[in-house]
Amino acid sequence: MVNHTSLNQKEKILSLLEQVADPEIPVLTILDLGMVRDIICKDEETEIVITPTYSGCPATDTIAFDIKLKLLENGYTNVKVSYTLTPAWTTDWMTDKGKEKLKEYGIAPPKNKSVNDNSMRIQKMLFDQEDCIECPRCQSTNTVLLSQFGSTACKALHQCNDCKEPFDYFKCH
Amino acid sequence: MSPIINQTLQLADTCLILGQRNSEWCAHGPILEQDIAITNITLDLIGQARHFYQYAAELISKSENKTITEDALAYLRTERAFKNWLICELPNEDWAHTVLRQFFFSSFQLLLFEELEKNSDSQLSAIATKSIKEIKYHIKWSSEWVIRLGDGTEESNNRINKALQILWPYTGEFFMPADYEIISVGPLQEKWLLSIKEIFDEAGLTMPENIFMQSGGKSGIHTEHLGFILSELQYLQRAYPGAEW
Ligand SMILES: [Zn+2]
Repeated sequence: MVNHTSLNQKEKILSLLEQVADPEIPVLTILDLGMVRDIICKDEETEIVITPTYSGCPATDTIAFDIKLKLLENGYTNVKVSYTLTPAWTTDWMTDKGKEKLKEYGIAPPKNKSVNDNSMRIQKMLFDQEDCIECPRCQSTNTVLLSQFGSTACKALHQCNDCKEPFDYFKCH
Repeated sequence: MSPIINQTLQLADTCLILGQRNSEWCAHGPILEQDIAITNITLDLIGQARHFYQYAAELISKSENKTITEDALAYLRTERAFKNWLICELPNEDWAHTVLRQFFFSSFQLLLFEELEKNSDSQLSAIATKSIKEIKYHIKWSSEWVIRLGDGTEESNNRINKALQILWPYTGEFFMPADYEIISVGPLQEKWLLSIKEIFDEAGLTMPENIFMQSGGKSGIHTEHLGFILSELQYLQRAYPGAEW
């Protein structure tokens, strides 16, 4: 994060943003997700720059609204939320704390590095299983992918062969 | 309008119209997981469309010195103004038709967006980079289905071959340049054919040869189906201007 905002000011704002949760996975804050890209305080205006996780993620508008509300509640009168697409969001930005919270919540956290390697050929990974996704309930790694697409854009659906429970996996992006 | 605005609208319309077609599967998918898969892909497409519409709205507002919104572009333009590729507007047939269309579409979209990513327009490049991550999932998913159906039962093989007859004549348009296009699409054809062939070989399918190719969508000449899509898609905003959820 590059900006002209003093450290103290920024920390105060960050502690407020830490309270803004993802409406679809409420255990994660927008900081855990790595969605906050910049904080700019200029004259009277406070600008928060965020980046969407998935292009069509319906939570993005709600999050922008929640950020505004949180800051307004805490005395910031002139708040602007703006969007940036570069660099593109990746699960690599998810904090370790965020990953821990996801697991406790029953969602397996992203395991590998982001898939945006241009040398990777899709044709080579057909019918592939992402290996050893750990079941968030019984920690078994004997699990199987049911579908690459789950209940929200960021998740895939897996099943544990030991405890037999299906579970969500926050897929690498 | 400038080439860059027209190009942006073409990409916006294309993602929106295929998104709208795919959304017709919502609650009608063959099994729950696949219903969720196709609607997730739809959500990605509509998200990509939104990024392009927002950017087009910004450019048009600047150049015409009045405020044009993303919603006005999606909901208040008529058939001749839409620049989507024809393949997107063809009516849904069966699952084979839907997965094969997605496979042709996403395989081309990836090649096109890899070019767009290199473009000097930083916003188009940013949208491309973001979309490519999603497109790769779409290609993987649709390629697996093409192989599953082509190399499946006699019934599934018949169905995907029938879909192939319907869809193939609409794939030529990908590579026919429109006068405003900022990306040279012709040279992408060879690469696209190779990527299709690789999956078709696995699936036991043969690419048709010497077929007349349809075109016109990019410059606003559409099939009779687009008007019906737009009347459904735009009904709410036309009946209740400015309505919001
Ligand atoms: Zn388990």
